[in-house]
This record gives sequence, structure tokens and C-alpha cells, in this order.
Amino acid sequence: MLNPFFYLQAVFLALGQIWANKVRSVLTTLGIIFGVWAVTTVVAAISGVTTMVLGEFEALGGSKMFIFPDRPDDAPRNKYPWEMIRLKPAELHALAEHCPSIIGITPQTTLGATIQHGVRQREGVKVTGIWPDWHEIERRTTLIGRPFMGIDEDDARQVCLVNEDAIGELGLDTDPTGQHIQINTRRFLIVGLVENEKESMFDQSTTGTEVFIPFATAVKLQRPQFFFMIIMKLKGPEVVDEAKAEAKFVLRQARKLGPGDPDTFEIFAADEFIEGVQKVANILTVGGACVVAVSLLVGGIGIMNIMLVSVSERTREIGLRKAVGATPAAILMQFLLEAITLCIAGGLIGIGAGEATAFALSNIPGIGLEQAAVPWWAIVMSFSFCAVIGVMFGMFPAIKAARLDPIEALRHE
Amino acid sequence: MIIRIRKLRKVYRVGVERIHALRGIDLDIERNEFVAIMGSSGSGKSTLMNIIGCLDRPTSGTFELDGRDTGTISVRDLAIARNSWVGFVFQSFELLPRMTALQNVELPMIYSKSGWRTRRQKAKQALDRVGLSDRITHRPSQLSGGQKQRVAIARAILNTPTVLLADEPTGNLDSATTREIMELFEQLHDEGQTILVVTHEKDVASHCGRVIVLTDGLIASDTKQQRNTPAMVGTEPC
Repeated sequence: MLNPFFYLQAVFLALGQIWANKVRSVLTTLGIIFGVWAVTTVVAAISGVTTMVLGEFEALGGSKMFIFPDRPDDAPRNKYPWEMIRLKPAELHALAEHCPSIIGITPQTTLGATIQHGVRQREGVKVTGIWPDWHEIERRTTLIGRPFMGIDEDDARQVCLVNEDAIGELGLDTDPTGQHIQINTRRFLIVGLVENEKESMFDQSTTGTEVFIPFATAVKLQRPQFFFMIIMKLKGPEVVDEAKAEAKFVLRQARKLGPGDPDTFEIFAADEFIEGVQKVANILTVGGACVVAVSLLVGGIGIMNIMLVSVSERTREIGLRKAVGATPAAILMQFLLEAITLCIAGGLIGIGAGEATAFALSNIPGIGLEQAAVPWWAIVMSFSFCAVIGVMFGMFPAIKAARLDPIEALRHE
Repeated sequence: MIIRIRKLRKVYRVGVERIHALRGIDLDIERNEFVAIMGSSGSGKSTLMNIIGCLDRPTSGTFELDGRDTGTISVRDLAIARNSWVGFVFQSFELLPRMTALQNVELPMIYSKSGWRTRRQKAKQALDRVGLSDRITHRPSQLSGGQKQRVAIARAILNTPTVLLADEPTGNLDSATTREIMELFEQLHDEGQTILVVTHEKDVASHCGRVIVLTDGLIASDTKQQRNTPAMVGTEPC
């Protein structure tokens, strides 16, 4: 093939040519510059929005998994009685022990109770039985006092946590730890104060007095066949499938379900929402890319136009190069490399402008694009697309140059 | 024998008309000859030059350059043949304006398989041979007409061609510079270079050892002479 130095020389020659016709080159590549600028900015904005939405999900319940008892569809009630499908404490312990993809697990059972503190009494207050992992899973730490610990559960202690609203509603001290309240007929010691439930962009939670007690204690207060659900925290969003499979396996084994039997429970992962968001973002990105591809094609036509001008302007040079021994392939390569260099230079400017725009967007407060950034794949894609455009639209002028007759070319005025 | 031409014909087609540029030429040129090809315009001298320079192929007949028949080879191989065996010098120099003298001289070796060092070294040697070793970084616009033609000659001799072809090399130069350039050709000839000069100036032809005159696509006369023979100069019409 050709002298390797030839390629280098051709690139330098192309750069020299571009430099010599600065204004013309810039105008020519404007199409490419704007195209790449648009694509990088759009992609950066979409990725910014996606990151933000996913971040909200993460805060709300990302990487969480829920298990509910569930009667199989269309199955007769007598075939699957409640006692059979309800979750049982033994299953809870089995899940905690045999699911390596989870880092936290808590049951959650709720009962309406009458709470009394001194002379104040409130009916139908939400009392929830939980495990210590609940703090971590729900991201609700104690403001004052201590969170639940293993020993509270193991000994089924008569201790409780209250939320901020409870202070006012039950007339507790600002620091309620050490005070006692009466739940139904039993006396509980308040050991800590937890925050009210946070409001997120997805639901406006209703607050009010909330009381939390150890799950083992709650079991004693509940009816015999009481309902509870299980919430688990996963190691990360990437282990959703593994975690689901593990939980399913453990539960089916605990319930001695045969290979043909349907599940008598339901497992639901919050990450399924995230996949949906991701899908929408991908569709938006592809749509944007298509629009931009059209503008890049238009830019490519500009490149072709200027390359044709360049070929006819430099006919004598081509004639001379041929006379001193340039093969048609060498001439083709020279003009092709020039077109590609133009496109790639335009692409680089476009990417630079896109990066700058993304940076500017991420610094405008209040438009939700703080996380806008050009992802690496968008840069690689724009770059290769520019090279492809260069080859596509540089080919015709280059072939024209390669086919010139050296005698005619040298006579050209 | 460096050039062996037998029954060479070249026919161009312009529309329906056929133009017989060469009508059957036989010509032999030995190694280290210094030949002038003369003739009025339309006599076929440029066509002959193009065929000898491997820029064009004959319609019929044979042309052998150093024993190799070029009649049937491909466009690509013609380019390679030009690169290795032919050096061109043109009337209007044909230097690339954006390149330095050295880069202009190096150009043919860009298209041959040679390393960067060899190329640079040989280009410097060639510039040295034409007496321009102090102008290597100058661009064509910074050189006089005679210097430009010297750079072009350095480029032509870079690959030590079998034959050096000069097409009206002094057409754009004044008489003093013409003499300088012709003396350079004589010097190269003395060093063993085979040279063909196409010219219509008898003054230029007088520097050559052999003068071939073409008329209407045929050789009208073919005379050997002593270099710098004043006899030819005396018959100048102007």
C-alpha cells in the first residue's frame, strides 16, 4: 500500500488547506458543527432529566422489593385458604437468611389502636410493627433517642417509636423519650422520635400520629391470622432479577409448592418503574438522534460542495501529482482525508460547543437540569458519524479527482 | 537503448473528427543522450513527449522505456513507471505554492516506498546539485523564475530517473536565466543523465547533442551535432 507517511502528509495538507481557506471552511462545516452541537446538547439534557428522575425514584424506593400474599388468579377460594397464602413469620426468617442479594429486610404489619397518654386519648391510630432494618430501608432515622435494635425484637419488648406529629397530638414532651403511652391496654416506653414521612414528587403523604413497635410485640397484639407484607432492600438495581429469583425460590420451598403450582405470593420490585423511565429516555434520545442525523446529512452536502470546488481549483496540482507518480488511489485518498478532516474538525467544534452548553444548562438553577452532561457514547457516536459523513460525501469529489487525466489537468487554467 | 519507438501512432478523436497526432514514428535514443525535440505547434511534439513520459499510451506501435513495453500496462502501473523512471520539468514550473522548496522536491518520494530520512536526505542532495542548498525553506513565491525552475529540476532528478523530460523549460525565463538553466542541464548530462527537451527555441536546441524536428506527426529531420553549435543559432529567424 501507500507510504504510511503519505497519510500523515495528507492530513497536514488538508489542515493547511483548511487553514488557508478559514472562512470558507468554517462556513462549510457549519452544518456539521450545528448538527453535532444539537445532538450533544439534546443528549446531555435528556440524560440530565433521566438522572434526576431516577434519583427521585432511588430516594423513594429504588432498589426496594415488596412481597405480598396473593391468591392465584381464577383459583377457587377454598383451594387456597387465607391461612395458606398469608405470609408467616417463619417465611420471613427464611427469606432473611437465604437471600444473598438483599442487604435489609423488614416485615410491616399495621393495626389501628387506641392510644392513651395521660388524659389524652386517640382512637384508630396507625401502629406499625417493624424490624430494625426498617430505618435503613425507609430512610427514616431517629431524631431523638435510639432506633430499634435486635434485642427489642428478640425479647418482644414493650417499647415504641413515635413521629413528630405525635408530640402535639398526644401532648408529649418535645423530647418524648422515657415517657410512657398506652397502646390498647398495654403500657409502652417511648425510646425514640422519628421524622414525619417525607413528601416526594410522586406522592403527598398524609401525616398524623404514627407509632412503631417491634414486630414480635405487634404479633401479640394482632389477631391470629393477621396480614403483613415484607419490604427488602437490594444490594443494587442490577441484582433485581437475582433477588426476585431468590425470594421466589425460598418462598416456594417454604410453602412446598410443586413445579406446576402457581405462586401464592407476589413479588414486586420498584426498579421496574426505573426501566420504564429508562425506556422513555431511550425513545427520546433515538428520536432526537434521527432529527439530528438529517441535519448532519445536510452538512455533508455542504462538505461535498466545497470539496468539488477544491478539486476544480486544484486541478493543476492534481495533474502535477499524477505526473510525478501519484496513483489514482493516492489522489483519492488525499481528497477523502481532506473531507474527513473537515468533518471531524467540525465535529470537534460541535462537541466542544455541546459540552459548553451542557455545562451552562447544568448551572442554571431551577430548570431541573443540574445533572446535564454529555455522555461518552454520544461523543464517540458524533465523532464516528462525522467520519462516516466525511467518507460518504467526500467520495464523489475524490473519485472525480482520481479520474482526472494528468495531461488535461496540467493544461487546466 | 533507453528509448525504442517503432511505428508509433496516436489518434485523438474530437467529436467525429480524427486527429492524427503521430503518424508512424521510429526513434531510438541511447543512454546519456541530450536530445532536443522541435517542431511547430500541432507537429506532434507534445504528444510524443506525453507518450515517452508515460502520461499517455500510443494508439498503435510500440514504445519501450529501458526495455519495458508500456503499451499495455494499467493506469496505476503507468503512474508507478512515471514515479520511478521519468522526471518532468514544465514550462510553468508547477511548484505547489504552499510548500517549501524542500517539500516540493520531496513530492515524488511521497508516492514511492521510501523512509522519511532517505527522502529528506535525497531531496537535500538534489537541491544541492541544482545549487539551491541555501533556499530549502523558501516558498515558491519567495524564489525567482530561475530558482523555481531549479527547484523543479531538483524534483525531477530526485528519483534518479531513466529519462529527464523538459517541456519548454525556458519558455517563461529571460535569456540570461535560460542560459543558466541550460548550463544546469548540460551539467546533469555530463553526470550521465539522459535528457529530452521539447522546445521551439533554436538557442535552447543548440545546447543539445541531437536535434529531432517533427512536422505533421512525422520526423522531418534527425541530426547529431556538437553541443553549442553556432551553426544552428545563426539560422534563427528572429
